[in-house]
Amino acid sequence: MSELNTQPNLGLPGVRYRHAYAPGDEFYEMLIEAHRGLGDEASELMNARLVLLLANHVGDLGVLRQAIAAARAGISMEPQDG
Amino acid sequence: MLSTYTYPKYAYRRPPEIGAAPLRRVPLVVVGAGPVGLAAAIDGAQRGVPVLLLDEDDTVSVGSRGLCYAKRALEVLDRLGVGDRVVAKGVTWNVGRTFHHEREVFRFDLLPESGHRRPGMVNLQQYWLEQFLVERAAVLPGVELRWKNRVVGVRPGQGEAGATEIDVETPDGRYTLQADWLVVADGARSPIRRMLGLDIEGKVFQDRFLIADVVMKGELFPVDRTERWFWFDPPFHGGPGVPASQGTQAGTSVLLHREADDVWRIDFQLGWNPDPRDAEAEKQPERVIPRIRALFDQQGYGHVDFELEWVSVYTFQCRRMKAFRHGRVLFTGDAAHQVSPFGARGANSGLQDSDNLMWKLALVMQGAAPERLLDSYAREREQAADENILNSTRATDFITPKSRVSRNFRRAVLTLAAEHPFARGLVNSGRLSVPTSYVDSPLSTPDRTRAGDEFAGWTAPGAPAEDAPWPADDGGGWLLERLHRLGEGGSGFVLMLFRDLPTEAEREVIDELAGATVPVRTLLVDPGGLAARRYDASPGTAYLMRPDQHVAARWRRLESGAARAALARATGQS
Repeated sequence: MSELNTQPNLGLPGVRYRHAYAPGDEFYEMLIEAHRGLGDEASELMNARLVLLLANHVGDLGVLRQAIAAARAGISMEPQDG
Repeated sequence: MLSTYTYPKYAYRRPPEIGAAPLRRVPLVVVGAGPVGLAAAIDGAQRGVPVLLLDEDDTVSVGSRGLCYAKRALEVLDRLGVGDRVVAKGVTWNVGRTFHHEREVFRFDLLPESGHRRPGMVNLQQYWLEQFLVERAAVLPGVELRWKNRVVGVRPGQGEAGATEIDVETPDGRYTLQADWLVVADGARSPIRRMLGLDIEGKVFQDRFLIADVVMKGELFPVDRTERWFWFDPPFHGGPGVPASQGTQAGTSVLLHREADDVWRIDFQLGWNPDPRDAEAEKQPERVIPRIRALFDQQGYGHVDFELEWVSVYTFQCRRMKAFRHGRVLFTGDAAHQVSPFGARGANSGLQDSDNLMWKLALVMQGAAPERLLDSYAREREQAADENILNSTRATDFITPKSRVSRNFRRAVLTLAAEHPFARGLVNSGRLSVPTSYVDSPLSTPDRTRAGDEFAGWTAPGAPAEDAPWPADDGGGWLLERLHRLGEGGSGFVLMLFRDLPTEAEREVIDELAGATVPVRTLLVDPGGLAARRYDASPGTAYLMRPDQHVAARWRRLESGAARAALARATGQS
């Protein structure tokens, strides 16, 4: 069974990065920017759609199961504030 | 009043131009004797250009302000003759640790490999750096430094032969002079930028940080293992208006640095409050001291005594001028661009502005290069400013998230980082200053290696030079220092040839380059050592290095036509 990859894996194929943080920072900025101008509910919807799009791309249900478990781990039942 | 530093008072002298006619015309005026203006003046004088440096004050930086000097800046400071003093007085560090609550979630090492003269970072209060630079400038006959000379008017092109007219106010009255060239280094609020009606555009962040400089007897860690520490949501900082003892409040950050003289710098995120009276209230010792006490208590240093040395509240923005060159007027440092401080990209990039500019200006002023070479200063340093703004903005957005979704993603990163390596790399408490590679610069000659023979590593045209140890059996020392010593007194261009002994054909090219209008000296470098590995060099590999120690061109085989073409390109002739 495939293992969920939690090593750094973001980047463009064939591109060498002088600084290891570069592709992650670029992705993170892209993600936050994509929510610009959206209200809280619209952002939640967008994130849910993104989860589904990416899950389908990953495909392997075994990997997805591990990802869901890792995401759920440590989240308490208490309401969180921002 | 600082207990660890006494401010020098520099002498004002009545300028001879007051009441004199006709207007005196000088080759170069630099305005602003902060780190960048001083660097420009020293560099210019070292290249044989006489410099008149004007400063409106008569002492050094008030407050510790800029603090972290990166490896590249230290290398520039070495070439200006103050590197050793800065490193000796300052505090060296390479490792940064980032915590979420009490748990470490990320660690970086600015210098993961040995074999470099300078460390990843040295912390030193800005007043010390400026004092060292002033003392260096004072021994150079080419620098005339005038204190209490405040520029109040600038008229580009109004002087003889296109010179700029400059009005200067002094305690003895006003005078006007003309400068063929004007380098502006008058800081973030740049009066000259305003006088010329030039814009500076970018993003203002709605947040504030409290900086406290604290003198401490006792240590958080041994001085030879100094680290930068950053906390997201520390257990000891409660945010604005909340007494420190009440524990965590979401969205609060704290940064800790060690400085010279047992002084520690602590930054506390306060959040946004547009009322300036609130900032005043936050600076009061009754508010500041409990915050510091809470940090030390939580770290196990509750027994240690400390004294508050200096306090300030700052806001920040990321912005730059559209163009750094306006004819004969060149903008450098904070006058041209500003960044938020996470990542130490302010003074570090300003020093590199000066490093990039002054060799070009010297060549132009000496008639050895066309004026359009200065367009490359603007282009290269505007690119660098964009890179610094990009990285500083990303860090600031992570440290001060502004929407619910942004705070959510940040919390997701911080909680995942405890367990998963990929998330650690996303934790952004500041990407520390690194030199820019001038990718696609018109001065660089692209590689033209045969397929399968491409260069590996990070020393492509436009890239900064990599340091390496110089063989002990050849006198020891360092490659960058050798490059500088060889270039000194000449144009500054050096050809690095990886050979023990040049071939006859190579000798001919070496001699030809030595006699060029912009003469190039040659440094023979051991083809079998660490330097060769860093430059991916084999015997016969040649690198043309610019005076600012960036790569202009490189070849597997040195050849006359290519070398001359690369030199012409690197000096704006083609």
